[in-house]
Amino acid sequence: MNIIEGLKYSKDHEWVRAEGNKAYIGITNYAQLELGDIVYIELPSPGDKFEAGDVLGVVESVKTAADVYSPVSGTVVEVNEELAESPEKVNEVPYESWFVILEMDDPSELENLMDEEEYGRYCIEEGK
Amino acid sequence: MDRKLIFEISKEGRKAYSLPACDVPETDIETLIPPEYLRKSEPDLPEVSEIDLVRHFIGLSKLNHSVDTGFYPLGSCTMKYNPKINESLANLSGFAKVHPYQDESAVQGCLGILYNMDMMLAEITGMERVSLQPAAGAHGELAGLMIIKAYHESRGEYNRNKIIVPDSSHGTNPASASVAGFEVVEVKSNGHGCVDVDSLRSVLNDNVAGLMLTNPNTLGLFEESIVEIADLVHEAGGLLYYDGANANAILGISRPGDMGFDVVHLNLHKSFSTPHGGGGPGSGPVGVKKELVPFLPTPVVEKNEDGYYYLDYDRPKSIGRVRSFYGNFGVVVKAYAYIMSLGADGLRKVSEAAVLNANYMMHKLKKYYHLPFEQPCMHEFVISGQKQKEKGVSTLDIAKRLMDFGYHPPTIYFPLIVKEAMMIEPTETESKETLDGFIEAMVQIAREVEEEPETVLNAPHGAAVSRLDETRAARNPILRWKD
Repeated sequence: MNIIEGLKYSKDHEWVRAEGNKAYIGITNYAQLELGDIVYIELPSPGDKFEAGDVLGVVESVKTAADVYSPVSGTVVEVNEELAESPEKVNEVPYESWFVILEMDDPSELENLMDEEEYGRYCIEEGK
Repeated sequence: MDRKLIFEISKEGRKAYSLPACDVPETDIETLIPPEYLRKSEPDLPEVSEIDLVRHFIGLSKLNHSVDTGFYPLGSCTMKYNPKINESLANLSGFAKVHPYQDESAVQGCLGILYNMDMMLAEITGMERVSLQPAAGAHGELAGLMIIKAYHESRGEYNRNKIIVPDSSHGTNPASASVAGFEVVEVKSNGHGCVDVDSLRSVLNDNVAGLMLTNPNTLGLFEESIVEIADLVHEAGGLLYYDGANANAILGISRPGDMGFDVVHLNLHKSFSTPHGGGGPGSGPVGVKKELVPFLPTPVVEKNEDGYYYLDYDRPKSIGRVRSFYGNFGVVVKAYAYIMSLGADGLRKVSEAAVLNANYMMHKLKKYYHLPFEQPCMHEFVISGQKQKEKGVSTLDIAKRLMDFGYHPPTIYFPLIVKEAMMIEPTETESKETLDGFIEAMVQIAREVEEEPETVLNAPHGAAVSRLDETRAARNPILRWKD
């Protein structure tokens, strides 16, 4: 399944790595496996504000297109431009391929997300 | 397979034409067109003889799969057979050679067809009037949503800026709502792919302009709570929009108007047997209930007491034109021919046979493939390749293998709420033998997955080309022959 310890996970299969007030956000290994080969990624712009649950971007694979949701609220401080050029990175190294860095409004929102154990169980349920 | 591009068979100087010598004085082109508009180099066009040209394109056309050459079970899109009489009638010179600027008095027959079609589609859907202008389904959606918007604004309710769509809806629904300037609110579906009434209740308020629904839904299941849903949306002051993509299941049996819908679009190129896809053009008439008639696109064809048809432009509340002239008239004629040749009883039989065929196939296939929703379906059904996926064979592989049996694969990986989805719609025209042939192929593939998965994983074996690198094609598309 390949889930990383110490990250937080959403029900929509995004991961969050918190560093102080900053949140790195990407999609999980489970998500990239379900999507298949990713061919295009639409990212927001620095300065964009999102509430938890808002659509942050779009991933398009050969199979389907899917929205990426922001697991926490905040303002975009940086986007990973490299992904726009090389979307296959998300398939190859999903947990290194962050989409955006958000300045979180309220880091306590992280507590609403799952830890690696809860997420692992969640994926097994989803797969059924 | 070694199939060359037309550019690759080109030989300098070869021609597929022979023109007589010019018998008028030649003029230097630069005296006619300013030099800045003239290209500097010759266009790089292929040069081939007539026979090579004909063989090249006939050869390509033979690679096509079409409903005239084989079974085509594409779900959610009703790719049905187009009876040839439709074409013959639409080709009559009185239809094919009229000009849209002809005087009303000279095209009374054509206007009569538009008027009668409006009436017939209104009767079929339970609406008051129907505009035939929209050129496709999504265009009908846009026109319908503009009508909903105009209606709310005419009542001073400018705050109604939200359209609700279920998460299983056709992708065009949220897209059209967004283009029409609405904010899209998604509601979750329940375990049967139907609207979850409690989720719906929680998003209804006085900002809601309407709800868009396909019934039967994208899983081919009838929305059982439709009357309750309609009441809830109406109580909140919203309107109900019916996406007619799946109308093939209900013709002559139930009517969106009676279910509580206020606006309906139909796809003549789906339910009414006019050409679809590359063979179009399409036609997506939009129908409305009485209180919305003033907002329909202009012009509307009307008939006076003497039976004379005329174009009514005097409609101050109209959303205006949504297409030049009167829509895709030739398509309307074909659909008109279809309705007239079947009659009311025939249309009902279309839907009955479409639903029966789908249920027969679903029942036969559920022993071999996972059936996520164990209940009778309407005109189409969804099965899942989940069992096969556990053996390492995906739905994509199954679809590729079906091509070896001479079938066009069904829609796969849609709807998104079913994993490894295969969505199958046989339509009403197929015989039991054809259905059994497809079922046999699917059963054989299921057996191959168990016994010789390589056969499925490496399919197709008989197609002109096998697995193409879709990922590379999408990531690095080469859109020109050469730079």
